[in-house]
Amino acid sequence: MIAPPDDCLARNEWICGAYLSTRSEILGDAVVQHLQLTAVSVALALLLALPLAVAARRWRLAAGPVLGVTTLLYTIPALAMFSLLLPVYGLSAALVVAGLVLYSLTLLVRNLLAGLRAVPEETRQAARGLGYGPVRLLLAVELPLALPAAMAGLRIATVSAVSLVTIGAIVGHGGLGNLIYSGMNTYFKAQVLTASVLCVLIAVAADLLLLGIQRVLTPWTRGQAT
Amino acid sequence: MTTLADAWSWLTTSAHWSGENGVWHRLGEHVFLTVVCLALSCLIALPTALVLGHLGKGGALAVNLANAGRAVPTFAVLVLLLLSPIGAYGDWPTIIALVLFAVPPLLTNAYVGMRGVDADVVRAARGMGMTGGQTLARVELPLALPLILTGVRIAAVQLVATATVAALAGGGGLGRIITAGFNLASTPQVVAGACLVAALALLVEGVFEGVQRLAPTGARGSGA
Repeated sequence: MIAPPDDCLARNEWICGAYLSTRSEILGDAVVQHLQLTAVSVALALLLALPLAVAARRWRLAAGPVLGVTTLLYTIPALAMFSLLLPVYGLSAALVVAGLVLYSLTLLVRNLLAGLRAVPEETRQAARGLGYGPVRLLLAVELPLALPAAMAGLRIATVSAVSLVTIGAIVGHGGLGNLIYSGMNTYFKAQVLTASVLCVLIAVAADLLLLGIQRVLTPWTRGQAT
Repeated sequence: MTTLADAWSWLTTSAHWSGENGVWHRLGEHVFLTVVCLALSCLIALPTALVLGHLGKGGALAVNLANAGRAVPTFAVLVLLLLSPIGAYGDWPTIIALVLFAVPPLLTNAYVGMRGVDADVVRAARGMGMTGGQTLARVELPLALPLILTGVRIAAVQLVATATVAALAGGGGLGRIITAGFNLASTPQVVAGACLVAALALLVEGVFEGVQRLAPTGARGSGA
């Protein structure tokens, strides 16, 4: 019988370099899955949120139901949301994406709507006076002016999504959450800590990336307080 | 549709409501955890936020805390606490994780509420000879109350959600019905559990909204 190696893995330490080097492939796959789930969910949510927010801005009657339903969805805890969607999607990545879309939707619609509503009426009238039609008004004037508020919502939604993906571990599609879940069951401290730290790093990196994009897209806000 | 019908029949089976794993016991655990942790977090966050807001210090802390709270996954913190030495103390990992996630919205909203009080009103209070403590208790606090209550509402809903996640890490609460359903590969039980959790979350939100509708008039009647 070979004597068990006396390294940090055998001693089950929190911080373990050997874990990083021996499991780099698993970690890489989990990070990629985490990023994919987050990106797909937030992108889909954005695609859905835009028409909803524009509709809620145009027709006063639509605003109440749109905000009401999205707020209702946001109140439902993530674990319950994933479970409620189980009969529809089964144990799949689509289940996690669908759940996350519903969450991000709330934050995006609210912020987009706030941004669109904050466009001054004078600006709108000036654009109309210059001969802008409704579509061009929306695309060239209202949406760019709503961008800072929309980006703020996008940042919050993305950071929340990164953190909520971990709950997807319940259906086996949780990116780094899978590692945390299996690490919990096997008392594998290094795995839990590494996956948790990576999760926070992804959230921070995504936030900074979006902040950078926002700076580039809205040069006119530079110099003002964010 | 059949799943919904199955979930309904799961809910209406009285055997599922009694006993250690029954709905009533799990609901009791869930509400107990939520209430205890809400009280603890209010005790920690509100005095801190009121004093910081009154003094006008620590704004960066209040804002960054909320952002950090969003970036750190609840589940990760729960598991980390569970594997740490604290994990040996029964419900404490769950309670600590719950409090950690309830404090940021409480602190941020209370702080923002305190800072949002019109500076002229505060100056007028000082001019009338009020001491710092009196200004805080009689002027700033009532005016900040709506936002403080918003914070309490967000924290309460957050607590209901986090207490659900606690089940993933072996804690009690309604989430256990969902995780048990997953382990049994019983979709009706999973859906039934999810409905119960969602109903509780919406109920808490509804109760707070009701309270909040009444509060501003009561709080502002004598103030502004």
